[in-house]
Amino acid sequence: MIQVVCIKQVADTETRVKVAADGRSLDPAGVTWIMNPYDEFALEQALRIKEQEGSGEVVVLSLGGAGLPTTLRNALAMGADRAVHLKADLVPDSLAVARALAAEIQPLAPAIVWCGRQAVDDDAAQVGSMLAELLGMPCVTSIAKFERAGESATVERDIEGGREIIEVTLPAVFTADKGLNEPRYASLKGIMAAKKKPIEEKPAVLGEPNLEVTALALPAPRAAGRIVGEGVGAIPELVRLLREEAKLL
Amino acid sequence: MSVLVFIEQRDGKVRPVSREALGLAVRLAPAFGGEVVGVCLAPSDPGLAALGDAGCDRTLLATHASFARYDGVVDAAVVAKAVEQVKPGVVLFANSSLARDLAPRVAARLGVGLASDCTGVTADGGALTATRPVYAGKAVQSVRFPRTPALLSLRPKMFTPMTGAGKAGTVEAFAPGELPASRARVKDVVAQAGGKIDLTESEIIVSGGRGLKGPENFKLVEELAEALGATVGASRAVVDAGWRPHADQVGQTGKTVAPKLYVAVGISGAIQHLAGMSSSRCIVAINKDPDAPIFKVADYGVVGDLFEVVPALTDAVRKLDVHA
Ligand SMILES: Cc1cc2nc3c(=O)[nH]c(=O)nc-3n(C[C@H](O)[C@H](O)[C@H](O)COP(=O)(O)OP(=O)(O)OC[C@H]3O[C@@H](n4cnc5c(N)ncnc54)[C@H](O)[C@@H]3O)c2cc1C
Ligand SMILES: Nc1ncnc2c1ncn2[C@@H]1O[C@H](COP(=O)(O)O)[C@@H](O)[C@H]1O
Repeated sequence: MIQVVCIKQVADTETRVKVAADGRSLDPAGVTWIMNPYDEFALEQALRIKEQEGSGEVVVLSLGGAGLPTTLRNALAMGADRAVHLKADLVPDSLAVARALAAEIQPLAPAIVWCGRQAVDDDAAQVGSMLAELLGMPCVTSIAKFERAGESATVERDIEGGREIIEVTLPAVFTADKGLNEPRYASLKGIMAAKKKPIEEKPAVLGEPNLEVTALALPAPRAAGRIVGEGVGAIPELVRLLREEAKLL
Repeated sequence: MSVLVFIEQRDGKVRPVSREALGLAVRLAPAFGGEVVGVCLAPSDPGLAALGDAGCDRTLLATHASFARYDGVVDAAVVAKAVEQVKPGVVLFANSSLARDLAPRVAARLGVGLASDCTGVTADGGALTATRPVYAGKAVQSVRFPRTPALLSLRPKMFTPMTGAGKAGTVEAFAPGELPASRARVKDVVAQAGGKIDLTESEIIVSGGRGLKGPENFKLVEELAEALGATVGASRAVVDAGWRPHADQVGQTGKTVAPKLYVAVGISGAIQHLAGMSSSRCIVAINKDPDAPIFKVADYGVVGDLFEVVPALTDAVRKLDVHA
């Protein structure tokens, strides 16, 4: 059984966002690049399934620029079998990405395609469901629990005010949420083994853009915080402000 | 061209987030020179005529027993069919857990871009610009749509619903056509304890952090929440410690919330926590450390021991209710 894990390289979550000179993108100076945190949960789950079954192949697939191989090596060190790097200098909109990934995934006929819940840079949460539509597969987003039973899987996800339990016939796309598992760290042995695993590079096939980013800006700062007072003595004033100034109580 | 709104229903009721989307649709409709049209998939009419009051001119209602529960493959096909019939300039979804799958599917089906989780939308003579938070709210992106229709999903609580719009709210039957085979079935929905309102849709949230020292002390947070009519949230530190379920987590790897009032109790205000709550209208922080970063975003901060301050605040709020 083949599983494909789609991985995006993103700026570390601690990054202080600075807008680049073009006024539309992140200034990459000084940014540390990491595997999208949600994609770690996705990869971990794929590796666990492979280990449980004792066979199969886990392929990691990523579309991005020249710095991508570091993240792909990390995925291989965690235990993926091979990597495919679709090269593109600029990562386009979600639909363009999904189309390029789908074209690569289709011939592999995987049983499961894994994505993260969302990429923590564009926060789009789109690529997984788009892939599912393009590949004609069902998709369950933001899963927090996964159990395989033959040709189907039972998964759980949180929805507003509750938790859904869903039975899915494979092949399918799943997007992983935090809580699905605890991702492993690459072992020394894994890091050594990864050096011999293949990373296939090819240019990404990209069509016309479907969305145009016109600006990236820092959000309007909140008005500076105000300390109402200290301890229990501050409560009457707090309640008065909430009532009369904020008109909330 | 009209503005099409996906009307989400659950258990026979239109979900409140759909009224927020209708509120925006009414504001956008003049720029597109058309009506506000809804499309709804349901086992039976969830009371769509009432949406006239919220600004809906007419709603296409596709009925089928299987529409009681969401199925992406099926629902995307039906919504795309409605888009092809109505030919709208804009299609709006609320960014709910359902639409997080549906909207990208519809976009992929139609071959158009989707701006997800939008917090602002402007129309300049039919040219839409959407703004959406990126990098966990550390920046805001503006996007435009090179193709028609423009697809947008809207962050809950950011757009105001209308009442008294006085539109017809006509309900029209819409033939969904032959439904594709279903390959994902919702077997069960386990309601959260107490059937509480979801964090993303709450008007008031009281969140607790590691300052509470242990899960048993969350009752302080729960009591304040009850007095305020609020939902309880949590920081990741206490979720990871197993004090609260992951569904309660606010922040970059939890939920993004924008309530009217957010009360942070014993939460330091790490950047990943702020990412999930800094668009709240009013933030109150209770923390014993005057240098805690949460105070930088708090409209009203109280420096002090939460074990004293929170019960006193709960009391004061309860007393207010008596006199109100
Ligand atoms: C990739 C990544 C994603 C993350 N995602 C999230 C996320 O989604 N949500 C999230 O919340 N965090 C997230 N975090 C974790 C985040 O960095 C912080 O570790 C976490 O928010 C801290 O939780 P806390 O404020 O409860 O605990 P602490 O930082 O330990 O703060 C406890 C606070 O309680 C105060 N306190 C202690 N005793 C008292 C008392 N008696 N009275 C009053 N105040 C008291 C202290 O002064 C302190 O400020 C993420 C981190 C990473 C790396
Ligand atoms: N450029 C990319 N290359 C590979 N996978 C991606 C890429 N962009 C997004 N994904 C996958 O889709 C998920 C959701 O991303 P997004 O829709 O951009 O929020 C990510 O967690 C990845 O699994």
